[in-house]
Amino acid sequence: MTVTPPPEILHAPLVVEFPFTRSLGPVQSAFLTGLRERTVLGVRTDAGEVLVPPVEYDPATAAELRELVEVGATGTVTTWAWNPEPRAGQPLTTPFAWVLVRLDGADTALLHALDAPGPEAVRTGLRVRIRWAAERSGAITDIACFEPYESGTAAETVPHTGEFDDPVTGIVAPARLDYTYSPGRAQTRYLHALAERRTVGERCPSCAKVYVPPRGACPTCGVATTDQVEVGPRGTVTTYCIVNIKAKNLDIEVPYVYAHIALDGAGLALHGRIAGIPYDEVRMGLRVEPVWSEDGRYPDHYRPTGEPDADYDTYKELL
Amino acid sequence: MTPHHRPAREVAIVAFAQSHHRRRTDDLSEVEMVMPVLHDVLRQTGLKASDIGFTCSGSSDYLAGRAFSFTMALDGVGAWPPISESHVETDGAWALYEAWVKLLTGEADTALVYSYGKSSPGSVRDVLTRQLDPYYLAPLWPDSVALAALQAQALVDAGHTDENALAAIAERSRTDAAANPHAQLPGTRPQGEYVVRPLRTGDCPPIGDGVAAVVLAAGDLARELCERPAWIRGMDHRIEAHSLGVRDLTDSPSTRLAAERAGAFDLPHGLKGMGGAPAVDTAELHAPFTSQEVVLAKALGLDASVRINPSGGALAANPVMAAGLIRLGEAAARIHRGASDRALAHATSGPCLQQNLVAVLEGDPRA
Ligand SMILES: [Zn+2]
Repeated sequence: MTVTPPPEILHAPLVVEFPFTRSLGPVQSAFLTGLRERTVLGVRTDAGEVLVPPVEYDPATAAELRELVEVGATGTVTTWAWNPEPRAGQPLTTPFAWVLVRLDGADTALLHALDAPGPEAVRTGLRVRIRWAAERSGAITDIACFEPYESGTAAETVPHTGEFDDPVTGIVAPARLDYTYSPGRAQTRYLHALAERRTVGERCPSCAKVYVPPRGACPTCGVATTDQVEVGPRGTVTTYCIVNIKAKNLDIEVPYVYAHIALDGAGLALHGRIAGIPYDEVRMGLRVEPVWSEDGRYPDHYRPTGEPDADYDTYKELL
Repeated sequence: MTPHHRPAREVAIVAFAQSHHRRRTDDLSEVEMVMPVLHDVLRQTGLKASDIGFTCSGSSDYLAGRAFSFTMALDGVGAWPPISESHVETDGAWALYEAWVKLLTGEADTALVYSYGKSSPGSVRDVLTRQLDPYYLAPLWPDSVALAALQAQALVDAGHTDENALAAIAERSRTDAAANPHAQLPGTRPQGEYVVRPLRTGDCPPIGDGVAAVVLAAGDLARELCERPAWIRGMDHRIEAHSLGVRDLTDSPSTRLAAERAGAFDLPHGLKGMGGAPAVDTAELHAPFTSQEVVLAKALGLDASVRINPSGGALAANPVMAAGLIRLGEAAARIHRGASDRALAHATSGPCLQQNLVAVLEGDPRA
């Protein structure tokens, strides 16, 4: 047991990026395909209201909605907010107004951006029109933004079949969020120790179990694990599986063995890859030791030590 | 809630604890952040984790950018041997609702409810855009301040408020927060520049990390665990249409309906309900933006006789996913210490007050 001052907090960039592929129903498909063709469609409710953007079910009654109508590409601002510092992904890169716009012929408002020289040029009631994107694919971003456009109100709506050639049936919505990961007290200590080629667990002060890697708490006792204990470096394979499918961006040839390894002195097994032995010769009880990565910051994999296999009774509680 | 809707079983909040809310907690993992608050709330009742009948938590993976992050935080409860446990991917106020229902059914006599938010690893304004409709809204990345600002301008246009009135809400909240040792922004500060006009820095909540926890207990057990339990006389939550363009942003019918169903407009427990003005002395409203307090106060018909957000509210500390549970906890704590007899607590989730929960809490009459 050692008591050391808290080490420097670690930080690392963490990017979560995902292309969400979504299918469209008949109403959303018609609306987004329409935008590609510079046509704005709404849907009429049983009460006679025209919803733009359209939805498949009435927000008030939950009735299925299918009656499409074409509305104007001009409209009126119902509320607005001046955005002095556009953020990544937003429609314009220069300061702009967020607006809710009720298009002519619609009873509800659509959210988008308004290109205007400054907040003094924007007001509720301002007449605006759509500025279409030069290249359109069937997405809400086919509307590049709105722009001020003084004109009268044309309230007429025209029935529309919603049918277009080559309809858009799905969208891909890419999302990217940037984080800065910091692992907290227990894992920071663990990672610092790994960089010194030591494996450090933490002992629960209540039940004395040693957790590797430590997560800061004993899930049995619900208390902080504060006492550091050096474990390993050798350990025992408690169970394993053979991986036959190559993961994307992973530079390891298949098949390989992924195992649970109980390091000597640890109260539970950790995950690791086994190498230095044919995959079909890995077995429960195999004694292994870590092989450090080239930069020496973590065990790249574990290899056999050459010792006799561990007796089942010595690790059966750690399966 | 009219008398025939009164719950069959009396359930109370008997303890409340929260962290000091901070801009960053880089030195703590989520479980390390949660654990001291869990220990605090259990210590107040003398219960051990193994005594608790049901555990429910609220959080969101998107804040820290990690999948199933709540399972790690669960280590701080002591989840082995197996416990009866559930999780909601939203504010802990909804976890409290689930626990309340569990106790009403008689399946448990006590519940531990906690929630946490660690917003500091990411950019919470951008993260919250991912809860929007993915077809029409999310591709435009309208951030949480922008959406609140649209609502604020609608209120200004309708004559319900102006920038001075909003500044006064900010001032009152943060002045009150000076007496709250947990607050992230205690004490008044300048309104600052526009973030998204008409909202200035002072109209917006701080971004921070924090944790809250409460213990619920039923019937006589609540009286054993707490000198003056905060009885939950009613609780309800409602949601509005997702699309912002179909809603009247100056009103919150979902809040009003939830309050009505929770009994907020009835007279206090034991008397014949007459309806009318809310018969509460305190309202803890989850209004991260000053303009949202205007909407809520109007929807609930709160007048000057009601003390709004004596804790400082979400303008003083807004750990996302815990700020709503904190409103219930603060209202209950005020009853525990005799500063309130009947309090309304409100929690919200989603853009522009999309989802709203209202609870009515009461203390026993004082001798
Ligand atoms: Zn333990």
